[in-house]
Amino acid sequence: MIYFDNVSKVYNDGRSAALQEVTFQVAPKEFVSIVGHSGAGKTTLLKMIIAEDRPSHGQVFFESLDVNRIPRTKLPNYRRKIGTIFQDFKLLAHKTAYENVSFAMEANGRSDAEIAENVPHALSLVDLDDKAWNFPNELSGGEKQRVAIARAIVNQPDIIIADEPTGNLDPIATYEVVQILRKINDLGTTVIMTTHNKGVIDEIERRVITMDDGRIVRDDSSGKYVL
Amino acid sequence: MITGLRRVVKAGFIGFWRNAYVSLASIFVLTIALFVIGATLFLNQLLDVSLSTLQSKVDINVYFVPDAPEEDVLGILNAVEALPEVEEATFTSREEALAEYRERNQDNAISLQALEELDENPLGANIAIQAQETSQYESIASFLEEQRALEQPQVQVIDEINFTRNKESIDTLTTIIAATERASFIIMGILLIAAIMITFNTIRLAIYTSREEISIMRLVGASNMFIRGPFMLQGIMYGFLSGVLALIMFYPMLIWLGPRTEAFFEMNLFDYYIANLGDIFGLLIGIGILLGLVSSTFAVARYLRT
Repeated sequence: MIYFDNVSKVYNDGRSAALQEVTFQVAPKEFVSIVGHSGAGKTTLLKMIIAEDRPSHGQVFFESLDVNRIPRTKLPNYRRKIGTIFQDFKLLAHKTAYENVSFAMEANGRSDAEIAENVPHALSLVDLDDKAWNFPNELSGGEKQRVAIARAIVNQPDIIIADEPTGNLDPIATYEVVQILRKINDLGTTVIMTTHNKGVIDEIERRVITMDDGRIVRDDSSGKYVL
Repeated sequence: MITGLRRVVKAGFIGFWRNAYVSLASIFVLTIALFVIGATLFLNQLLDVSLSTLQSKVDINVYFVPDAPEEDVLGILNAVEALPEVEEATFTSREEALAEYRERNQDNAISLQALEELDENPLGANIAIQAQETSQYESIASFLEEQRALEQPQVQVIDEINFTRNKESIDTLTTIIAATERASFIIMGILLIAAIMITFNTIRLAIYTSREEISIMRLVGASNMFIRGPFMLQGIMYGFLSGVLALIMFYPMLIWLGPRTEAFFEMNLFDYYIANLGDIFGLLIGIGILLGLVSSTFAVARYLRT
């Protein structure tokens, strides 16, 4: 489903490299965790999947599509196939939880009927029915992240990209978010997540890719956090 | 398509309302900009009218000797009227000149008494000549001087041509008019550019506060038009409301200023405002909407580039 073919990313100064000759593949319905120290290249790797960053060498494929050949005008279309979750939530501050989720559907051109049906469904999946009309600044960190997850899944994307989704959360909120991601994966959506939380990795017991200094150093099918 | 438009409009209104402070600041600045533009417009109108009033006051007067033969006087009148430079030539006969003199001096007993002392009308006929353009007085005056030169010394007809006497003041006036027009043009230009730049920067700052939101919308897969639309609509709303506000602000100001401009410039600005309300309204709102729309479109474009 996702295929990195010998991808390198060298920054303009010509010396520091964020990624070096990275090659790996993610199959549909997989749950892949990417671990590593800060600066190991985890976030750069995710940015390449959503075409926010371009490789210096090599190619990134989404199914048979070369991500970097997508014309700029078609990028919004492409990004709608991917649900994204970030450490800092990235919610629209002037929209309520409900509106944040429905915005993703509106941007996608869905009908009002679909929105009225799917948004409450997504919010109840993350257990936020009663906070639907609160603004982000009225929600706790865990609640904000759950709104972000609802937004990511509401368009039924093929894949969810989560960049340190538990990085800003306390242990209980972390546990909830991980459970929700597992549930989404069980329902058939591919999940790629970066983290440096050992507990999260051990909890999930799925494939773990370990990165160090821009390279993949381990790839375990049912991994432990080893660094 | 229709759904998309409806969503953009709705998002525009909600954004306007929820960012009330930012909207208010933008409207405030835009109102002031439009006020400056409107004031410029009024000032321009005032200058135009007063200039043409001044110009209509400039004329050449030909005074005839009291016993000038009537056919000679009328001959000169016809010749003057035939000149292409002449806009209007007003003939005042001896009798009319006397009547005017009496009326002008009706409170002045001494002048009237002096007039009674004389047996006959001491005043001659005269022609007041107005040219199409101020610069043409010179050629009309030289034409009249030629006429006088042709006269025989015994039968003098023209007593005095007052252009040479007025020449200096006419020249000064022409220079002042030209300088005023130039100066006001430059000042208006500077004011306009300042107003436009301040508006543009304010709206850019307003949208700068939304740059994070714009990047999030892009990540969620919103198309550029879907992101830009609500901001463009807000720009239009700023422009419209500012136009209305600026128009309302002029009302009390012109009520106060109107009679004063009438006394000085012979034109009541308030009457002009009321008579042209529709045009002024359309112009201010049009400029406001254009400024708001262009500013917000450019400001968002910055954050939509990859």
